[in-house]
Amino acid sequence: MIDTLPLIIAVIAAWLAIGALGLARPRNLTYVGRVLFSAGAVAGLLLAGLALQAMSQAPQALTLPLGLPDLPFHLRLDALSAFFLFLLGVTAAAISVFSAGYFRASEGAAPGLLCLQYHTFLAAMAFVLIADDAFVFMIAWETMALASFFLVTTDHRIPEIRRAGFLYLLIAHLGALSILLCFGVLQGGSGDYTFASMRSMGLQGAWPSIAFLLALAGFGAKAGLLPLHVWLPEAHPAAPSPVSALMSGVMLKTAIYGLLRVTFDLLTGQLWWWGVIALVLGLATALFGVLFATVQTDMKRLLAYSSIDNIGIIVAGIGLAILFKTYDKTLLCAIALTAALYHCLNHAFFKSLLFLATGSVLHATKERSLGKLGGLIHRMPWVAWLALVGTLSIAGLPPLNGFVSEWLLLQAFLFTPSLPQSFINMLVPLAAAALVLAAALAAYAMVKFYGVVFLGRPREPSLAYAHDAGRFERVALVWLAAGCIVLGLFPVQVISRLDAVNAMLVGATVYHGGSSWWLLSPIDAKRASYSPLIVLGVTVVVLLLTIQVVHRFYHGRLRKGPAWDCGFPTQTPRMQDTAEGFGQPIRQIFEQFFRIERQLPTPFDVAPRYFVRAEDPFWHWLYLPLARAVDWAARQVGLIQQGRISIYLMYSFLTLLALLYFVR
Amino acid sequence: MTVSGFLSQLLQLAIALLLAPLLLGWVNQCRAWLQNKSAPSLLLPYRTIRKLFHKDAVVAENASAMFRITPYVVFAAMALAAAIVPSLATNLPFARAADAIALVGLFALARVFIALAAMDLGTAFGSMGARREMFVGFLAEPALLMVLFTASLISGSTLLPTIVETFTQRDLAIYPSLAFAGVAFTMVSLAENARIPVDNPATHLELTMIHEAMILEYSARHLALMEWAAALKLFNYSCIGLALFVPFGIAQGNADASAILGATPVLIAKLAGGGLGLALIETLSAKMRIFRTPEFLGTAFLLAVLGMLVNLLLGS
Repeated sequence: MIDTLPLIIAVIAAWLAIGALGLARPRNLTYVGRVLFSAGAVAGLLLAGLALQAMSQAPQALTLPLGLPDLPFHLRLDALSAFFLFLLGVTAAAISVFSAGYFRASEGAAPGLLCLQYHTFLAAMAFVLIADDAFVFMIAWETMALASFFLVTTDHRIPEIRRAGFLYLLIAHLGALSILLCFGVLQGGSGDYTFASMRSMGLQGAWPSIAFLLALAGFGAKAGLLPLHVWLPEAHPAAPSPVSALMSGVMLKTAIYGLLRVTFDLLTGQLWWWGVIALVLGLATALFGVLFATVQTDMKRLLAYSSIDNIGIIVAGIGLAILFKTYDKTLLCAIALTAALYHCLNHAFFKSLLFLATGSVLHATKERSLGKLGGLIHRMPWVAWLALVGTLSIAGLPPLNGFVSEWLLLQAFLFTPSLPQSFINMLVPLAAAALVLAAALAAYAMVKFYGVVFLGRPREPSLAYAHDAGRFERVALVWLAAGCIVLGLFPVQVISRLDAVNAMLVGATVYHGGSSWWLLSPIDAKRASYSPLIVLGVTVVVLLLTIQVVHRFYHGRLRKGPAWDCGFPTQTPRMQDTAEGFGQPIRQIFEQFFRIERQLPTPFDVAPRYFVRAEDPFWHWLYLPLARAVDWAARQVGLIQQGRISIYLMYSFLTLLALLYFVR
Repeated sequence: MTVSGFLSQLLQLAIALLLAPLLLGWVNQCRAWLQNKSAPSLLLPYRTIRKLFHKDAVVAENASAMFRITPYVVFAAMALAAAIVPSLATNLPFARAADAIALVGLFALARVFIALAAMDLGTAFGSMGARREMFVGFLAEPALLMVLFTASLISGSTLLPTIVETFTQRDLAIYPSLAFAGVAFTMVSLAENARIPVDNPATHLELTMIHEAMILEYSARHLALMEWAAALKLFNYSCIGLALFVPFGIAQGNADASAILGATPVLIAKLAGGGLGLALIETLSAKMRIFRTPEFLGTAFLLAVLGMLVNLLLGS
């Protein structure tokens, strides 16, 4: 057995070196794209391989003589870190390959500079995952936030993008402050900020709860939990697509990692109401995210809201795991945790896939608005068919990967044995209902996304010139789509790996020796089982058999003609459902949840114009009042500034007097 | 997976495939009688399917492969569902591969494919139908899952055969939670199978169509498969309802071919009753406006959740 931690550090160093090399010839696209990004992809694969190996190994620790004197970097690699490192490596590899063919010389910052920011971002995320003291963690966390801020504002000449970047930076820092305070609570007055010391601290009274709430707020800000989600739908559309993919697919998961690390590892005794808070907050986030996803008209905003939805589901799974842990139902806790981790992995694959696909669409059409796309399955078959895999996965359909985690989570909900509190017993079925509703709405949103972008007829004449993705982009998309399929078809193998994390955090494993390799039955074969291989196998066999039988016993004759559409003579592409039209039923039912701005034409309008926009109510409930309050407070403070030197001298004098009084 | 289990599995699938159009014919016949019309032949659905298979398929010029593959995908998904639902026997090897949650997933898969195929041509009616179908589905699917969850909580299993076995072995008693679930299930089945009051299978008015609007562009063998799949869907829903609420007469344990064939008349009798009930509901109610649908389905969803809560509170 070899020590994997030094090798992983070497990979991180390689990423940093690749980034720095980008500055050597920043404007040379072939050098930066083909050589450096490809090298970064290879490093990502290496990282994934090493992390996979490390998951089954004992925890390894290392102290690097970096940083301030007497404060060396403590690093540690255990199963939890290894799992998230694997996720990072395997997704980053695909995104790097995509980037190799994606960035253009004319867009935003110089490619070499982007390369530096991109690889710093990757390295910082990896460092977050192996940090073993609060200092390293915060340094890596902030580096990650800054690197991603610069990546988001690649096209910094556009004012909206600058604004989105600012919002992101602001919320990232609010979160970072909260995390910093959380670590402050966790060290418990010992002044020792290593995680090892925090583990043995054994906080008493209200302190563990305060630490948990601070962690939930801090990591929630990064992950996009309500009400700190507002940066996601702004920053994701602003960033270049590979960056959106990286942020949504991987960076949000570092927040989940942090939450798990604090809740299950650094804090020893969990309380039941933490679980309830996480569960309720997670489900509220999921429902909110998916409702807003259904009414979006910008494809990247739609995906950003869908990310909020998925993070909500993951946090709900974590909440359930906490709940079970406090009542010592370790097996159920392990199942809920597995569902959350599995969903992290799934989301990394399908969301990256879809964000990259939108990148290809954006390059081919220069269009992000759903209202101006359509029919791209004919012009971009590679992207369209691969995106279909992602769409079906994210909609939670068997036999793809999104269904597996949903299934596991529902099993955890369903086999809640009677917990001691009747209040929680009531909550669990309601939560299951909310989860199922969110899943069904996700299918709605994704049908809208896929149908409007890739199917139908092109809504603009310029779409006829759209070209399919290039070679590098295709490789990346195929890699991610294959990941969705493999994760969907081989849940048993995946879960047997994930059990290392379960064993570490909850002390129970979902899988035991006697289970068969093709049938997923986490509790007991009599209670529940699912085998995606058989579902796929039978479906494919029936499908092929039907085709054979129909063509053999009847015929395969086929004629082409114009679409019938009930015989209506003129049909234009503008008669299809637009993105607004497709979301209209949801907008109408859930009207009170949206802030709708609507402009309807009257019958007498010469140039009738229909306009509707569903806004995020949190701006008006929370953020704008907050901003106004800050403004008002600033103005009040401004009153004491009169601009006359005598008055300022008087202030100094009064301050001095006050100080003398107190210090006396 | 034993050989006999595999055989009983195939036998049940074959019987389901054959019986499904008959159920559709029966419902249509009952409805015609109840509405004082002269009834079409019981075998009309078979004839329609046969006729459609003989015709030349016409496909729109701008159709993608999605449009052409969808009838096969939908048919395969419904056939697999028919293999999973314990309509005749509980000794179903495939049922272990997909429990109740996966079954709902299969229905969702079929729904998503139909909706995508309807959007593929970019016709006004197609995309309208797709939107409405997804709109009905987003409330019906959770409600169906909640109904199945109630049954799963009672029997301690999400596997449909196990649910049926526990239900038949218990004493005959009325479970309040199942009563809620039963009402919810009926409402969901009406919506999911494009029946009155949510949709009208016999409509010829384009603006009120949901399911029909989506398959408007299909012809010949594609349409035949779509119709057959729709018949199978109705059959599957009926059999789920029968398995949950009237689980008697289903061959249990290691049933062989003769036991399955023996269970077939019982199933036909139960389906005949269910079909008559469906025709009665369709005759007695009027189709509602599309924006009343969420109220209808929301009620179903809430009833199903109530059922689950009642189960947890009363422990039954």
